[in-house]
Amino acid sequence: MKKVQYRKLPSILSLLSIAFLLFFSTFTYAQEEQAADGAAPEGATAEADAETPAAEGVGDVEAGERLFKANCAACHKLDKRATGPALRGVADKYDREWLYAWIKNSQELIASGDQQAVALFEEYNQSVMTAFPQLSNTDIDNILAYTSQEKAPPPPIDPAVAATGEGDGATNEIILAALALVFVLLVVMLFLVTKTLRRIAEANGVVYEEKEKGLPIWKAFVQNQFLVLVSSIFLLLAAGYFMYGFFMQVGVDQGYAPVQPIHYSHRIHAGENQIDCNYCHSSARKSKHSGIPSLNVCMNCHKNIAEVAEETQQTGLNEYGVDYNAEIKKLYAAVGWDESTQSYTGEEKPVKWIRIHNLPDFAYFNHSQHVTVAGVACQKCHGPVEEMEIMEQHSPLTMGWCINCHRETNVAMEGNEYYEKIHEELAKKYGVEKVTIAEMGGLECGKCHY
Amino acid sequence: MASNKKYWKSVEELKTDSPIVETLKQNEFVEEIPTDAFLGDKEKLSSSSTTRRDFLKYVGFTTAAASLAACEGPVVKSIPYVVQPDEIVPGIANFYASAIADGFDFANVLVKTREGRPIKIERNTLSENGSCVNARVQASVLSLYDKNRLTAPKMDGAEVSWEEFDAGVAQKMNELSGQDIVLLTQTFASPSTSKLIQEFQAKYPNVRHVVYDTVSSSEALDAFQNKYGTRALADYDFSKAEVIVSVGADFLGDWQGGGYESGYAKGRIPKNGKMSKHIQFESNMSLSGANADTRVPVTPAQQMQVLRALTGGSASGLPENIATAVQNAKAQLQKAGSKGVVITGLPDVGAQTAALNYNEGVGSAVMDTAKPRMTRKGNSAEVRRVMQGVMSGSIKGLITVGVDPVYSFPAGKEFADAYKNLDFTLAFSMKEDATASRAQMIAATPHYLESWGDIQMKKGSFSLTQPTIRPLFNTRQFQDCLLKWTGNTKNYYEYIKESWNTSILGGSSWNQALHDGFFESSVEVSMEDATASEDTMESNTSNGALASQDGGMQLVLYTKTSMGDGQMANNPWLQEMPDPITRATWDNYALISQADAESLGLENEYVANGAMNGNYINITVGDVTVQNVPVIIQPGQAKGAIGLALGYGKKEAVQEEMQTGVNAYPLYQNFSDIQNNVRIEKAAGTHEFACIQLHNTMMGRDIINETTLEIFNTKKTHEWNPIPVVSKDHQEIPVTDPDADLWESFDRSVGHHFNLSIDLNACTGCGACVIACHAENNVPVVGKDEMRKSRDMHWLRIDRYYSSEESFQADTEKKENISGLGSSLSEYGEMESPAANPQVAFQPVMCQHCNHAPCETVCPVAATSHGRQGQNHMAYNRCVGTRYCANNCPYKVRRFNWFLYAENDEFDYNMNNDLGRMVLNPDVVVRSRGVMEKCSMCIQKTQRSILDAKLKGRPVKDEEFQTACSAACNTGAIVFGDVNDHDSEVFELTKDDRMYHLLESVGTKPNVMYQTKVRNTNEA
Repeated sequence: MKKVQYRKLPSILSLLSIAFLLFFSTFTYAQEEQAADGAAPEGATAEADAETPAAEGVGDVEAGERLFKANCAACHKLDKRATGPALRGVADKYDREWLYAWIKNSQELIASGDQQAVALFEEYNQSVMTAFPQLSNTDIDNILAYTSQEKAPPPPIDPAVAATGEGDGATNEIILAALALVFVLLVVMLFLVTKTLRRIAEANGVVYEEKEKGLPIWKAFVQNQFLVLVSSIFLLLAAGYFMYGFFMQVGVDQGYAPVQPIHYSHRIHAGENQIDCNYCHSSARKSKHSGIPSLNVCMNCHKNIAEVAEETQQTGLNEYGVDYNAEIKKLYAAVGWDESTQSYTGEEKPVKWIRIHNLPDFAYFNHSQHVTVAGVACQKCHGPVEEMEIMEQHSPLTMGWCINCHRETNVAMEGNEYYEKIHEELAKKYGVEKVTIAEMGGLECGKCHY
Repeated sequence: MASNKKYWKSVEELKTDSPIVETLKQNEFVEEIPTDAFLGDKEKLSSSSTTRRDFLKYVGFTTAAASLAACEGPVVKSIPYVVQPDEIVPGIANFYASAIADGFDFANVLVKTREGRPIKIERNTLSENGSCVNARVQASVLSLYDKNRLTAPKMDGAEVSWEEFDAGVAQKMNELSGQDIVLLTQTFASPSTSKLIQEFQAKYPNVRHVVYDTVSSSEALDAFQNKYGTRALADYDFSKAEVIVSVGADFLGDWQGGGYESGYAKGRIPKNGKMSKHIQFESNMSLSGANADTRVPVTPAQQMQVLRALTGGSASGLPENIATAVQNAKAQLQKAGSKGVVITGLPDVGAQTAALNYNEGVGSAVMDTAKPRMTRKGNSAEVRRVMQGVMSGSIKGLITVGVDPVYSFPAGKEFADAYKNLDFTLAFSMKEDATASRAQMIAATPHYLESWGDIQMKKGSFSLTQPTIRPLFNTRQFQDCLLKWTGNTKNYYEYIKESWNTSILGGSSWNQALHDGFFESSVEVSMEDATASEDTMESNTSNGALASQDGGMQLVLYTKTSMGDGQMANNPWLQEMPDPITRATWDNYALISQADAESLGLENEYVANGAMNGNYINITVGDVTVQNVPVIIQPGQAKGAIGLALGYGKKEAVQEEMQTGVNAYPLYQNFSDIQNNVRIEKAAGTHEFACIQLHNTMMGRDIINETTLEIFNTKKTHEWNPIPVVSKDHQEIPVTDPDADLWESFDRSVGHHFNLSIDLNACTGCGACVIACHAENNVPVVGKDEMRKSRDMHWLRIDRYYSSEESFQADTEKKENISGLGSSLSEYGEMESPAANPQVAFQPVMCQHCNHAPCETVCPVAATSHGRQGQNHMAYNRCVGTRYCANNCPYKVRRFNWFLYAENDEFDYNMNNDLGRMVLNPDVVVRSRGVMEKCSMCIQKTQRSILDAKLKGRPVKDEEFQTACSAACNTGAIVFGDVNDHDSEVFELTKDDRMYHLLESVGTKPNVMYQTKVRNTNEA
């Protein structure tokens, strides 16, 4: 039989290289886990109990609910003041006829000098309520029926469910532990079995051949000069490779996703709600900066959205460990919005966002050139922002990355009169219809560095 | 081989057994090493617990920690507005029309703001009232961010609130009712302020208003008022002049408020074979004299005679050469008739009247007396009475606004003492200057960029000042204070708006006027300070101050282009701006002629490191002596007259580095810029100048291409503007021939190709472009010491050359006639020194953006490279600082950052404090230490214009392409544009006969061109 000295060499080598790889693997930013807010979910207002008898028996609660959500919910909440007053039990407060008149056209009522109407108007900062002439008295009855329901008590936490929840986790662990135990037992048994077998064999007179003592592997390795040379070259090259990799990622913050003072979810805004990037980052169209929206832009919507939908809130809590409603409260604190009076207090605390995309000072970049002139989609550089719960730097933002795109992309000349003459001359001179940015001088140093 | 030589160390060794020699032998160190200082203290040593090992551990740990920390990026915070103002988009500049009126400079301006910060002053090209945005106005934006500004009102040295301040003032005013209180102000030329002061006087009738111009034009105002009834200054439109004769009037400088260069330059560009003729009689070499076709150095005493001779008298008694020049000038004037104009800067009512009479007599089209300038009002006699009143005690209270009399009154010291003893002193000031620091109450005023205001610069030409930033500090402007103190509830903005709507606008839109920054109207607006009372006026006859001479020298005080009257002494841009004539920075100095210098034994010498030193003199006028004034020998200075600039030597509220020069105001006696019987004596010591041009002549080289109007009109172009030739295969071919080229040219026919043209006929050397470049490109200030080492950072310099013969033409002839070794050794040497009255030429030089750039080929790291739009790019972050490029640049326009000039305490100028850094242009990077920098042809501006066009989907308009220098040029000498746009102005200029490139023979094919200077040497 041919003697193989280093039977295990390939596997050892591969193991070694894996260890090597793991050892030198590039550093990544440890993202501090956003500690899940310990607060239990706010007393979730469960759907109103349909069984509750309607207050006056004249309205259809379900139809009322539909109408309420379609017409009223933008400004009114059942139990909390929003732009307008809280509406639960409003039917008991006012005369029904008066309510019909008010809902159909409140301004008319105020103009007629109705004292109650005028007082109400003054109380709510003279914000004009939209007139609803299209609602019939029956519709209004339905809505009032909906608003007159008793507030449902918060659903009691089902101890059984809670227990099962915990039980689930526990069972998993127990099963795993049991499996591990079984596995260990098996190994021990196997070991014992071989030992017993060997003893039996020895007792039966089977003689084991003494293993020939070969050269230790390291000695053999040292003696083989060729191998030493090759492996040292290999080691040097590998070290060089990893060193290069390490140095090239210094200052490249791809994947940088810092914890922001307010947990803002691009997933919800740009993804679920399909808000155009330019709605908030409006200066990207005309300025070099895309601009972090000022807080008054947030308030355009969040004046009315003080709470997220129940399922969104649950997703936030379960999947991301974030209480979205608490985050909206942080916005209110920053902008100085008092929810109870629905007014600005004037106590502003500007938000200190952490900037994610940092270009060095010596590189000039202009958003409007890319967004408006070239028509580049935001996602091209910023990645699938609409899927990002936490915003991160998608692209390396290195010069090579910029240059590559400039080499590959054609200048969007169509329909821009600025390019008309250039295009004409190019076509005349070189007979080309399309040029890349690089060919137009987009690689020149001075275009970005001044 | 051992040497037996003995080296003697001292005479002592001759004595045998000398104890001194013995002790010295034993001592290894001649001087004792101060080991005791750090090892002597036993207690300290034993108490210290740091062992050597610990020390090494610390060193190792810190090194490791520092290198680890370097790998992690910093966390950058971004803080958006809570409520973003509609008009502000981060990253987009907003422009607001406004106007400056600081009592010395009056101009319509356009203020560029970024994110609510004013960062640059530009010309308001809409306005047509002839105001010029000079270097000082350009630099005024930096004075807004002066860290020495007052941050709150003060009473008796303590900061108070405005309510307390108002109460304090009211109390004082009531206490002093009936007593003489003087309100001493700058010239406001403001209709609404004038009304407000009247209202204030109605409430406190004991307050007298006196206008004080720090640099007086009182005699010219008196002459004008005597003749025309209004206290104003005649306006001149030099573009209509064929012959301009100036007797001591530096009208391209600050004469009567300045701002005449744009009209002047229009007439200086030869059109249809014609250009104006400019003859200057003066004693100091001024900007006007340097630009004149004929300049005659004349002492002030002789100037009076010259003026008399020009306006009808005889030239007898004048030296022969001057008399001839006067005769020639007279003949020219006669020929020009109504297209001729005589102006004078003599501080003499008689002289001023004579000039006015002459122009009136010939019906000069140049002079405009119907719409005179209102920007000076001061009456010297009244101001003198105030000065004496304070010193004698007859005046009990003094309120100063925008002026600093303790610094600028001739009797400064005595006045300061008397001022301190006044019952009531109140100073409105931006800084705690000499006056404010001695005042009981200081009202902190805002900068003009934080204020409202209205100005009537010329009769019927109104301008508006609007704030472009919220007040940085707790300040309140003078007018708002007056409104408060007169019990008016309006603020000054409402007050102006109301007064404009009722009396100026005549139904026109206020918003439009505010948008334009000015409004032209024919309405008369009464101004309380429009006239001076009769008894303080001087009569039309000459006051005789100039005539008498008892053999002493005459002193001509002037204002420097950079410093003016000295208000902005704490502005490092202006301190570092080279004087257009002497090219000296950070100083004022006595100018003296070569002949006088020799007789007094004064000299300027160049020391080994290439810097200039000079002697000191003491100047005595009457009983006042100003000591240790450094001397610069000025070619062209009239013999018997010395010059000295006002506005320097400020100490209060001026940072130590900028307390430069000597205060010349003590010599400004009787508020007259000409002083007789001046005694000069040499003082001990040498002064170190920071002068950045010491090669004064061109040595007959064609750096500045020059010709005369006659040759220009009659000869073919190649005779006076030849293209240099090179030899190829022993054949002479023009250097522009493709065969003479080493390189293949890029194809630049598609897209933009930028060129810059500089017309040497229109350039007056004023330096507004230098400051504009500073502001636009974040050019650092390096300080006097570095300037002295020629480490200036100016991207744009204006070279000034003197001829070494009487004209540059004679220089060239002399050079061409040099033959043989002996002749060349002696004559080249002679050509290094300028003539006694040389011709002068200015040449702005910035990076020439060569198409075949010598700098690009030598850069080892390709940090500098060429763009197809014609610019020579400089990638700072790529530069490793070998400086090969600077050495290979034939134009010497590259600047090396020897140090980190920003956030470095060694260079404590505007870039070293948060306030001063607010002026930085966010579109241009601040360079770090060890990199080259140079003119980029304002690529950030061209890129912006191109992007604007792309965003709107339209071609770029010609006038949109501007560099900071071309936009700042009041005379239109610098024109920038795209030569691939064949309708552009710059394309026309490339085809001009006068066009040439600097050092064309080198074959660098620059994208900057010059237009040959043409001198009108025609005689009548």
